[in-house]
Amino acid sequence: MTYQINGTSFSETPHPGQCLRTFLRQLGHFGVKKGCDAGDCGACTVLLDGEPVHSCLIPAFRAEDHAITTIEGFAPAGGTHPMQQAFLDAQAFQCGFCTAGMILTCASLNQGQRQDLGASLKGNICRCTGYRAIEDALQGRNNIEDADAGAAFGRSLPAPAGPQVVRGAARYTFDMAVEGLLHIKMLRSPHPHARIVAIDKTATLQVPGVHMVLTSEDAPDRLFSTARHEKAWMDPDDTRVLDNVVRFIGQKVAAVLADTEAAAEEGCRRLKVEYEILAAVVDPAQAIAPGAPAIHPDKTAAEHRVADAPRNIVAETHGEYGDVASALVQAAVSYEGTFTTQRVQHAALETHGGIAWVDAAGILNVRASTQVPFLTRRALAELFDLPADKVRVFCERVGGGFGGKQEMFVEDILALAALKSGRPVKFELTREEQFISTSTRHPMRVTVRAGADRDGRLTALQLDVLSNTGAYGNHAGPVLFHACGECIGVYNCPNKKVDAVVAYTNTVPAGAFRGYGLPQTIFAVEAAIDELAKQLGLSPFEIRRRNIVKPGDPMLSPPESEYHDVFYGSYGLDQCLDLVERAMQDGGPKTELSAEWLVGDGIALTMIDTVPPAGHIADARISLRDDGGFELVVGTAEFGNGTSTVHRQIAATALATTVNRVRLLQSDTAHGGHDTGAYGSAGTFVAGRATQTAAENLASEFKTFASGIMGAAADSCILENDSVICGKQRLSFAQLAEAARRQGKTLAASGDSAGTPRSVAFNVQGFRVAVHKGTGEIRILKSVHAADAGKVANPMQCRGQVEGGVAQSLGATLYEEMIIDDGGRVINPKFRDYHLPSFADVPRTEVFFADTTDTIGPMGAKSMSESPYNPVAAALGNALADATGIRFTSVPFKPDRLWPLLQEKFGSK
Amino acid sequence: MDLNTIREVSHPQSRAQLPVWTAGDAWLAGGTWLFSEPQVHLTRLIDLTDLKWPALTIGEAGLTIAATCTVAQLDALGCPPEWLAAPLINSCCRAFLASFKIWKTATVGGNLCMSLPAGPMISLTSALDGVCTIWKAGGGEQTVRVADFVTASQRNVLEPGDLLRQIDIPLAALKRRSAFRQISLTPVGRSAALLIGSISSEGSFALTVTASTARPVQFSFAGIPQADELREAILHRIPDTLYHTDIHGKPAWRKHMTLRLADEIRAELQGPARP
Repeated sequence: MTYQINGTSFSETPHPGQCLRTFLRQLGHFGVKKGCDAGDCGACTVLLDGEPVHSCLIPAFRAEDHAITTIEGFAPAGGTHPMQQAFLDAQAFQCGFCTAGMILTCASLNQGQRQDLGASLKGNICRCTGYRAIEDALQGRNNIEDADAGAAFGRSLPAPAGPQVVRGAARYTFDMAVEGLLHIKMLRSPHPHARIVAIDKTATLQVPGVHMVLTSEDAPDRLFSTARHEKAWMDPDDTRVLDNVVRFIGQKVAAVLADTEAAAEEGCRRLKVEYEILAAVVDPAQAIAPGAPAIHPDKTAAEHRVADAPRNIVAETHGEYGDVASALVQAAVSYEGTFTTQRVQHAALETHGGIAWVDAAGILNVRASTQVPFLTRRALAELFDLPADKVRVFCERVGGGFGGKQEMFVEDILALAALKSGRPVKFELTREEQFISTSTRHPMRVTVRAGADRDGRLTALQLDVLSNTGAYGNHAGPVLFHACGECIGVYNCPNKKVDAVVAYTNTVPAGAFRGYGLPQTIFAVEAAIDELAKQLGLSPFEIRRRNIVKPGDPMLSPPESEYHDVFYGSYGLDQCLDLVERAMQDGGPKTELSAEWLVGDGIALTMIDTVPPAGHIADARISLRDDGGFELVVGTAEFGNGTSTVHRQIAATALATTVNRVRLLQSDTAHGGHDTGAYGSAGTFVAGRATQTAAENLASEFKTFASGIMGAAADSCILENDSVICGKQRLSFAQLAEAARRQGKTLAASGDSAGTPRSVAFNVQGFRVAVHKGTGEIRILKSVHAADAGKVANPMQCRGQVEGGVAQSLGATLYEEMIIDDGGRVINPKFRDYHLPSFADVPRTEVFFADTTDTIGPMGAKSMSESPYNPVAAALGNALADATGIRFTSVPFKPDRLWPLLQEKFGSK
Repeated sequence: MDLNTIREVSHPQSRAQLPVWTAGDAWLAGGTWLFSEPQVHLTRLIDLTDLKWPALTIGEAGLTIAATCTVAQLDALGCPPEWLAAPLINSCCRAFLASFKIWKTATVGGNLCMSLPAGPMISLTSALDGVCTIWKAGGGEQTVRVADFVTASQRNVLEPGDLLRQIDIPLAALKRRSAFRQISLTPVGRSAALLIGSISSEGSFALTVTASTARPVQFSFAGIPQADELREAILHRIPDTLYHTDIHGKPAWRKHMTLRLADEIRAELQGPARP
């Protein structure tokens, strides 16, 4: 058969049931991405005879003799299509995984479709941006600034990978052809709890193309946690690479290695597994009740760090300052409410997976979709008894993370398969596997009790939290502790109490997710603050102003933390409240709404420590190249967080150069050094600090070296415009490099950061909503967000992080929900039934930054990736309460959930 | 996604060439659903493309829509001005959860055969009194009203090997003045209730309830009913158990939305026609 792809003819015959997407990738067109493989996300969009289609739904044979255009062939060779240029000018991407499909779709819209982007773009999901930047691209806006040498920090410079992203040339995890690859497919448990008695591989091994079956007998007999933290003691050791007990539907049972995915799938279907069914429990309250089946009965606190295994309690925390019970009795006003949050998923468009091989030097290479290459290397070395220098873990560009890739879900199997087979292996999760077998946010039930005196001063704050970690305890404890931290630490209150428990259940595990527990508890705490304000007749702003911590106030949440390294490196919460209050007073465009729409305002605030506790380490190394440019090596990964832009800005600023002179190498353990990882918003605050130190060290070295050449005092030298200037003499960096080379000297420097001390960042979100009392529909009339990110390294990117965080959180507030049935099965493991916000669902958010400069963060900057997510559900819940007088206590706020209470209060029309 | 168990695709060019239906076969029209989910029970696809059925035929009796007519083809149909119901076509195409990019491939027949409550082509063709022609597996043809074709969520009257050939829309239905209402849990999401009402030039009123119910439910009145009369009829004809339940809407809400939208339609059609 003959195919015309990007003007080139290919003679190749697809498999009968093959879709166009995989066929195009097989022929090397890696710009065609897989987000869902089911027609829902649009990442695989290509043009067929000039018309956009989702190539995952097109039978490959039908494209024969039609003109196929992928992103790689969209512009003439070496050129840039106007829509690609528009996406560059507007910087309408973050991770960039959706970008090829988005560009091809946007470019094909007619004028009518451009008038209704909500409908036209409903087949293109972007999980990162919140769509404002994409709308900017369609409207031809330019969001980019440039910067002179030494002035990059604080400017809206574009992402260095932009040109590759818009051309489909940026290489993501699976965008690599490997000869002789074996594909891994996983047989997964159909039972929520069972012991594997026997696995009969006979029929599987007879399938042509199947090479090997791996079961628990092949896996190291060691326990670990898929959660990756700098300190392993933060998570329980409760997981095996392959276990002989399965504890949730979807857990790995056996891996089949074959020449093709088809053969591996067939091999999985032919495995005969004998299970001994064990009693299961899927509800967390039932799981910790007496008589519940124990999910990890053999684990102990001392050895495995499981607090109370017989009761299915992974971790718990209890503490009190003052006397909450009597404070509540004496309070002028008080409130008690129980709030529940649901199970939501990161839904990064690139699924988990990777490629692994053992190279000629005997080094195990793992190319993975990860936020934590260094910690994954550490885990693999320990699991497989390999020296650290015999394991390399790396990533190029990662298609979204959001915390979901602060885990080792696939690299362990990849390593096992590569080591056992001696062949290169690939493991790419399907979207369904992503839902049923990776991780989610921890669903929580939070009871809050709060009291205040007549003056609106808080006198009591109490949290009672039950978190559900699913079948494994990855991140169970740290998320719980974080959830009970800053949400009440941000308020001055003499009496505080926390009782919090995280339970095992026979369900898909929960793990790290943007905000790390805080969104769940803030939903409850910020509601309680509003309820007190209402009783006191205070505005939501005023009650917060009277109670928030200010510099010098202790940030307390019981029990007392063992960490004492959090300081007010800067403080902008007061400004954030002012900014949101002012912006909310601006009415905005008038909308005609019938009397059935009820309108209300709501706000919520959040504080977040700028680094996770107990150490977060980053090394950076920078060297002068012969041409006078720089090579900067950092460990932190890029998955849309924008840190690769910021690191170059920091280095260029410290070294009086421009960012295009700084070549960045990143996220590869082979480069040496260490980096705890791109999580906890540490990419700028911690790793950026290391880069700043390295660059400043190099700057000093330049001055010393140049002063020797020019015969001047080092402290009289300055760096300016790609040169060292000592008095009236000037030596360009290229000349400096030349001089160093003649002396046999390398000009290079290192820097590191230990992630301590830590600062605090703040956010305030405001919404004006309209709620239809007859249908339960919600319209967001206004969305305002103020962020205290210190000195903002890149305003455009930081705004994008805020907008993206708000949008992702709105998904969880309004729509998203993984439903697990009574038998422990996820019933909606696809985007069609798990509604991610599309263009039509996301309002434009006005973003404001507080004017602060942090004394701890790099060049005055603070973290700002996670926290914009945190106050969104709470602010929306408060706006709903203001509009309706009803306190809705469960998310998502879907019309069918709101309607019964609306009906009860307002009656039926 | 790849359907790795498929070993063969057959391309019949006429009814005579249709292969003998065997377990593991599936008709391939647009393929937009088939290729969107694992189909490990399938081994052969029978591609309907080469049957080359004319997508849309306007005749004296009305409109004939081939099962293989794509949603985009239907959406682009230039309708005669006397077809007062024509706006329903565009409204129903827009009611698809799927993107316009899918409309070019997805077919009207495929949407009927999927028989999801929210299938907007079911809403459209049932409201327009469409009649399905089915090529029976054993030979011969069968006709059945669209409203009776779908029997429950993802259930219909087709037996193994039966093939939906076309949907005929009578001219009279196309000439009725219509009103359309749809609601979803999200702004451009899957329909949780989709109701279509119409009045004939003689004044008779018809209402078709879809998406909220497991199968289409139709009501007809000699004239525009009173609000209570319509409400009572809906409450009487649609038992609570017939309201569909899934992630896209709880049944109690769907029921209320059905009553609400029905009343809106009644009110709209009672008023003057919009220019």
